[in-house]
Amino acid sequence: MNLSKILKNAFLIVIFGLIVTACATKKSVKTTTESSTSTKAAETQKADPIEKLDALMQGDVYIGSDTVGELASGVPDRVFFATNETILTTASRETLRKQAAWLRQNSDVTVVVEGHADERGTREYNLALGERRANAAKDYLMTYGVSSDRIKVLSYGKERPVDSGSNPLSWSKNRRSVTVKAN
Amino acid sequence: MRKNLFLIILFYVILKPSVSFSLVEIDISRGNLDPMPISVSPFFSDKITDENIKKKLNIENLGIEISRVIENNLEKTGLFDAIEKEAFLQKPDIAHLKPRFEDWALIKSQVLITGKVTSKIINEKDYINIEFKLWDVLGAKMVDGFSLTTTPRSWRRVGHKISDKVYERLTGESGYFDTRIIYVAEEGPKTQRIKKLAIMDQDGFNTKYITLGSELVLTPRFNPANDKEITYMSYFRNMPRVYIVNLQTGEQKVVGDFRGMTFAPRFSPDGKKLIMSLAKDGNSEIWVRNLETNIQEKLTDHPSIDTSPSYSPDGKFITFNSDRSGYQQIYVMRSDGSKVKRISFGKGIYGTPVWSPRGDLIAFTKLHKGKFFIGVMRTDGTGERLLTENFYQEAPSWSPNGRIIIFYRETKTDDKGQGFSAKLWSIDLTGYNERLVSTETDASDPSWSSLLGN
Repeated sequence: MNLSKILKNAFLIVIFGLIVTACATKKSVKTTTESSTSTKAAETQKADPIEKLDALMQGDVYIGSDTVGELASGVPDRVFFATNETILTTASRETLRKQAAWLRQNSDVTVVVEGHADERGTREYNLALGERRANAAKDYLMTYGVSSDRIKVLSYGKERPVDSGSNPLSWSKNRRSVTVKAN
Repeated sequence: MRKNLFLIILFYVILKPSVSFSLVEIDISRGNLDPMPISVSPFFSDKITDENIKKKLNIENLGIEISRVIENNLEKTGLFDAIEKEAFLQKPDIAHLKPRFEDWALIKSQVLITGKVTSKIINEKDYINIEFKLWDVLGAKMVDGFSLTTTPRSWRRVGHKISDKVYERLTGESGYFDTRIIYVAEEGPKTQRIKKLAIMDQDGFNTKYITLGSELVLTPRFNPANDKEITYMSYFRNMPRVYIVNLQTGEQKVVGDFRGMTFAPRFSPDGKKLIMSLAKDGNSEIWVRNLETNIQEKLTDHPSIDTSPSYSPDGKFITFNSDRSGYQQIYVMRSDGSKVKRISFGKGIYGTPVWSPRGDLIAFTKLHKGKFFIGVMRTDGTGERLLTENFYQEAPSWSPNGRIIIFYRETKTDDKGQGFSAKLWSIDLTGYNERLVSTETDASDPSWSSLLGN
């Protein structure tokens, strides 16, 4: 598991140099990295960890694809937030527009938008913050034509981190809202 | 479990009227670096009692066990230093009758506690009678004591009641030993924590689990007016809501009928109301629900996050945290929601304000420069004092006498994300005497009960 993480992370350095859009899906990551570039990429990572961090965070918003799953093929399931913020970044809005487009085409699907916070806040405040984040995503989906009765929000606060690390990169992955199919 | 929550006191006899006691006194308003030497003699019991108790509780020498409960309680205050029992020159039975004070002075003991355990059968049921006496060694006199008859299973609580009496007598403050702590027991990896409600005696014994861990549970809190009742938040059926549980009957009910997530519950001091937050459409406000009339009312009205409310002990005010100024800060308002006033102005982010049972202070969590602090300030925000600093800690809860704060602390994980743990800690209001509170599992969100009723 660790190795595959390293591979994925390492590949991100490469891919961010080449590709401008931040929404390369997991699938394409896997197909292109697996064998040939792995060794070289792993070396790069060792040599310059700071560069790696820069490539994965913009300000303190996570822009990588580790932990990102799919709501549907080619539709990322989550967006990331800055510390204590609920503002949607340009990349987040793009992801949510993709989600909205897919939901419009699949009108029988209902979703739960889960809101999450990192561990650097008090539990109760983080519950409220998670709810705010989930609603920011929900509101955007509604703006793009998904009716509100198809979207439930559920805040987990800091209770369900995806990354157990105690560092800025881990925290950035945990500040998120995730759109999950409910039916 | 139901039985254990009761202490049936049949007889409670005060052995001697209070007399003035000026020789031995402890000032606990400052950190105490010179603890008072104290001797807790093993409680004496006769052969028949020993046999009965062995049969009933499978405890070899209950007298020694009770003296250990007392010793442990008093030592953990940091105010007392219990002298090793090997140094005692006098036998427990004789000491309890009339100590030879010079023998106790010789081993530098200023205070002596003695006692006696006797088994009794009343209406064909087993009981134990526990008698205790508190002696002033230098003054060469008995200064306090009582005798108490109870069910054998409640013996630890008698130890706590004796500890409370000694503490009250020697410090002039009310005690806090005959109390319980409710908390969230945690297990499993950080990304998939399993959480259960747990309750234990203040000293870590008699742990009981109240939920099974099948759903996420958070922030349990005692009703200060009724130690058989708690409130907490549960994700039962993926609907995060505030519940009230009766610990005696196991009856559980959701509080109110809200569209949206309810969280951060706390009882009013008289136990008749519940304050909590309701998060709906991206906004969290503070609500109060009258548990007698079932009328609920919104107290705050602001597009920011308003949460973590806590009543003042007279019920007239509520402190809470809000990010209406941009970051989380502490506010105080009247309990009807009027006259909102910000009180925290120091550097950093402030959260989880909790009003002291004495009324004069508010405990809080502060985040500043990447560190978390537990601190206290006066209710107008002046006199901020930080008691402890760590990587992560929060959720202060007061001991019922307002002298100690319990909270939880989480560790930083290593490069591989390993090594996470959450534990309960306590610290004196003085900033001294920081201690790990032992729990069977990892633990968080502690809440301290009032002194237990019978």
